[in-house]
Amino acid sequence: MKINVVYFARYREVLRLDGETLEGDFARIEDVRQALLGKGEAYAVLAGQNLMCARNQDLCRTDETLADGDEVAFFPPVTGG
Amino acid sequence: MSVRVQAAPFDPGAETNAMHAANVGVGAVVAFVGYVRDFNDGLDVAGMFLEHYPGMTEKALGKIVTEAGQRWPLLKVEVLHRVGALQPGEPIVFVGVASAHRQAAFDACNFIMDYLKTRAPFWKKEQTSEGERWVEGKQSDTDAAGRW
Repeated sequence: MKINVVYFARYREVLRLDGETLEGDFARIEDVRQALLGKGEAYAVLAGQNLMCARNQDLCRTDETLADGDEVAFFPPVTGG
Repeated sequence: MSVRVQAAPFDPGAETNAMHAANVGVGAVVAFVGYVRDFNDGLDVAGMFLEHYPGMTEKALGKIVTEAGQRWPLLKVEVLHRVGALQPGEPIVFVGVASAHRQAAFDACNFIMDYLKTRAPFWKKEQTSEGERWVEGKQSDTDAAGRW
């Protein structure tokens, strides 16, 4: 399956990436996160307890289940308003 | 009910007046305006940049407005949030709520801001006297959203 991952704010800056496409079997968002943590030192930014995520532009938890072609976003706590 | 995400400045007075226009059933309008401050967490702030998640931002704000409409009897809701470069003193967010009576408008406006603060994908980066920094999420905002 193919998952399109996007990053925002501090995560985007630390990773120097707006996003990337991952190929593999990912049952849940947490599986995507674990795969990314193994990709390199910079990805440690995704290990934080306060990480937020979204699936297809809806806020969710890291145990959210995934389907082929989903867009998964990782970002730090939001600070609008 | 409308949600706008824009780089352009807006006029809070005009937005507030428009909440009542042509609807004599409106008995109460509550408007919240958030402004950029020139000081935060011990440092002078010269300006800020607001990053967001295009697409999700509008979707998240729309869900919050819909939920407010399910909880309170509202006649009109307007949420306007700016993105991009902002200067101290400029308005950054507007939440206007119109209803027949004041309590629904007060509560819904408060609810929308609490949810916006914790669920809408915006991130502030400040330019301070000691360089740029990302604003950190506050536990008090999370606690405030939890009371609804």
